[in-house]
Amino acid sequence: MSQNPDKVLDHFTLFRSPEYVDMFENKKAFENAVPVADVQSAADWTKTREYRELNFAREALVVNPAKACQPLGAVFAALGFEGTLPFVHGSQGCVAYYRSHFSRHFKEPTSCVSSSMTEDAAVFGGLNNMVDGLANAYNLYKPKMIAVSTTCMAEVIGDDLNAFIKTAKDKGSVPAEFDVPFTHTPAFVGSHVTGYDNTMRSILEHFWDGKAGTEAPLVREVRDSINFIGGFDGYAVGNLREIKRLFTLMGVPHTILGDNSDVWDTPTDGRFRMYDGGTRLSDAAAAVHAKATISMQEFCTPKTLAYAAKKGHEVVAFNHPMGVAGTDRFLMEVARLTGRAIPEEITRERGRLVDAIADSSAHIHGKKFALYGDPDLTLGLTGFLLELGAEPVHILATNGTPEWQARVQALLDSSPFGRGCHAYPGRDLWHMRSLLFTEPVDFLIGNTYGKFLERDTGTPLIRIGFPIFDRHHHHRYPLWGYQGAMNALVKILDKIFDVTDADTMSPGKTDYSFDIIR
Amino acid sequence: MDLTLDEVKARNAEVISEALSVYPEKTAKKRAKHLNVYEGDKPDCGVKSNIKSVPGVMTIRGCAYAGSKGVVWGPIKDMVHISHGPVGCGQYSWAARRNYYIGVTGVDTFVTMQFTSDFQEKDIVFGGDKKLDKIVDEIQRLFPLNHGITIQSECPIGLIGDDIEAVAKKKSKEYDGKTIVPVRCEGFRGVSQSLGHHIANDAVRDWVFEKGSDKAPLFESTPYDVAIIGDYNIGGDAWSSRILLEEMGLRVIAQWSGDGSLAELENTPKAKLNILHCYRSMNYISRYMEEKFGIPWVEYNFFGPSKVAESLRAIASHFDDRIKEGAERVIAKYKPLMDAVIAKYRPRLEGKKVMLYVGGLRPRHVIGAYEDLGMEVIGTGYEFGHNDDYQRTTHYVKDGTLIYDDVTGYEFERFVDRLQPDLVGSGIKEKYVFQKMGVPFRQMHSWDYSGPYHGYDGFAIFARDMDMAINNPVWGLTKAPWNAGQ
Repeated sequence: MSQNPDKVLDHFTLFRSPEYVDMFENKKAFENAVPVADVQSAADWTKTREYRELNFAREALVVNPAKACQPLGAVFAALGFEGTLPFVHGSQGCVAYYRSHFSRHFKEPTSCVSSSMTEDAAVFGGLNNMVDGLANAYNLYKPKMIAVSTTCMAEVIGDDLNAFIKTAKDKGSVPAEFDVPFTHTPAFVGSHVTGYDNTMRSILEHFWDGKAGTEAPLVREVRDSINFIGGFDGYAVGNLREIKRLFTLMGVPHTILGDNSDVWDTPTDGRFRMYDGGTRLSDAAAAVHAKATISMQEFCTPKTLAYAAKKGHEVVAFNHPMGVAGTDRFLMEVARLTGRAIPEEITRERGRLVDAIADSSAHIHGKKFALYGDPDLTLGLTGFLLELGAEPVHILATNGTPEWQARVQALLDSSPFGRGCHAYPGRDLWHMRSLLFTEPVDFLIGNTYGKFLERDTGTPLIRIGFPIFDRHHHHRYPLWGYQGAMNALVKILDKIFDVTDADTMSPGKTDYSFDIIR
Repeated sequence: MDLTLDEVKARNAEVISEALSVYPEKTAKKRAKHLNVYEGDKPDCGVKSNIKSVPGVMTIRGCAYAGSKGVVWGPIKDMVHISHGPVGCGQYSWAARRNYYIGVTGVDTFVTMQFTSDFQEKDIVFGGDKKLDKIVDEIQRLFPLNHGITIQSECPIGLIGDDIEAVAKKKSKEYDGKTIVPVRCEGFRGVSQSLGHHIANDAVRDWVFEKGSDKAPLFESTPYDVAIIGDYNIGGDAWSSRILLEEMGLRVIAQWSGDGSLAELENTPKAKLNILHCYRSMNYISRYMEEKFGIPWVEYNFFGPSKVAESLRAIASHFDDRIKEGAERVIAKYKPLMDAVIAKYRPRLEGKKVMLYVGGLRPRHVIGAYEDLGMEVIGTGYEFGHNDDYQRTTHYVKDGTLIYDDVTGYEFERFVDRLQPDLVGSGIKEKYVFQKMGVPFRQMHSWDYSGPYHGYDGFAIFARDMDMAINNPVWGLTKAPWNAGQ
């Protein structure tokens, strides 16, 4: 017996004790286990060029994708508004999944309800679920707004949200004037970034265009303010606070559309806040009067931006700008749009980032990276890596399009460090596994699922992306702005130094390089 | 000051009516049937269960797909489980349940991978059968050591009229009778995970037992062969259970389904006794094996030394003296460890009150483990229990316990706020709500990434974890000193 009441052993060490190791070995007799040698040769084969070609010839099977489905993004967008309860019309299991997924990343509660459609609703439609669901959600959770989206079940049977919500209001589920923006978010179209876009557009359309025909559309009077949309972003808590700080320093009148920074970062002080912060609904409505709308994630907001443009806004889209040049472009656009100067304090922050890069770039220069994630994040990261003199050899986005690929390629072509680097749209992490075996790199940048690639290929993982389940609190630190780039730089450097140390700590063999000064 | 039993009952009844007062009338009427104060002399908990969740209330439940792919089939390690439909379901359930296993992932085992047909609009319009056909070929080409494939249906499959059974049969024939299992676990079926368990059990019956019944077992039978049924090896639970069964002289020929393999499912008809931990999710196949193969089954509970000893004896009672003596030997062997664990932790936990809300067997099964530590469970409920679960619960709960079936987010928050337990045990969606309220919390689905909790080794970890949750110094810091009076 290995268990010890003084120092309790849990799964990390308990199962390494001899009685368990023997037990595992004996169990194999009942498993029809593949002989060890055959497993080894198959494992070796998966590392080959031949396997890579078979792997890339896949047409139907998707293995370990780096994307999620539309309604996840819908819930994200809805939670960025004051007192808003996301309501997903369709099967209830989906909502359990979204809530778990966000809570595992942010380590925060995530409130969202489902209309809990079951087999009878699949036959007769989910009207009753909508009528009862809105009434229950309204009475129970006292939201200021309920933002409706759909699961694939409701989409396949073709439920008509507009008619259903009207009927629900007629039946008194919620007051007639209560805000219930809605949008269709089929899981079989696009990805979570598409769901974000659809929901953001639907909420703006609700306020700007007469609340589904119940009021007159707002008439735009151009004001000296800009709208800012962050997009689906695992770092929303840190990033949006950083953006607000920069805007305040610049004196920019602004509205953050979809401000998730407080709802996923509430204090532990004895009270559960189901709603906290978020874009005020009156501000969301007044945002129609803005002179311009900025999106930090172009591929996450195409319909939203097109809608803002239709309303007469100048729209400016970025691709998750990171680093010196990315932040420069962002701030200069903000300055141009608003006529506000970039203050000395921000210029000094820029200088500090350049200083840090100058101090450290010798350790990054020429290092090869593989990275994956959402289209805009991978573009932003690629720009930053090129700026650091690193080589972003494999850039992959499962929800990337040929247009994204062209955009990445243009970026790569703009730098000598981009030579021989490639973008892979629509590919998954099993493709990435083949890339890492056949064209190895020094580091991998990705979300938590990247740890499986790190295990299989030995490529050290730097965690930047969504979701991050196995490291805590990263979402509190921004990636945007010069300070955000500093955080990303430190994250990358820490991993590089950790790997260097681990690689030089063999006593009497390699530890001459186990330096205390690097 | 401690309330008397009558005061507790009155308080709990009041708490229920307070919660119900907020609902629209029709919903209040429905929800009232799921909430009750347990009367100690009754044969069940007095609540309705396994009924559709009310829309819009923030049920904590999942779906049939979660019950099949997430619970029953997903842990079978040497099969590839295709999440058939759009990308999300497989993504959110990817490697999230910590069903531990031994194997080289991606080569001979596949549990922590996400295989999906990633449906696009054209698959919805034209059907996904051809794509599925091709997916099987691609799995065979890229993962040749897989021992079988399951097709876990997501919502659209049943709505667009795909014939996954036909595809499974065709591909099985093409690949020399390979086991390919279509599972109709679309998320809209049933009212919770529960029907998914049942559908998954039936799929084992129809596509493993009925189809492959002529397969010879991999071993010579002995009179002491048993199968562990309904242990998903979360954090290694099945391992810390198996070791005790083997120590008492039994031979475990299969694990369902944590760290399990297709061969182990096929072995099971040779078992002399099926021992069933999660009754809710695997009673169906146990009953089937009893009828079809004459294998008796016995429920057991491996949480906490009292229940472990009771269960070891109950299991042994199906065997001869050798095993009965083996059970006594095992109980005696671990007694000093258990005494030491209780001596260390009980003084720190004595009298602490717990509220639970979990799935499967845990709302009742873990009560004994808390009681071994001197703690008291004052409220409990099931996400997807049936009436037979609530009947079994009466053997565990005390008179006056607050019972809540398919609790809503609102109700649970109100109940905890009013009952002020020292610990809440529930899931990830609930964890942070209660921690914000300053209430210590442990996830009792995933063991909060700890475990195992089963068996004697597991109880030491359980005790340590409950202590570290309740006696965490952070709970003394939640009020800013300058606001302390508020």
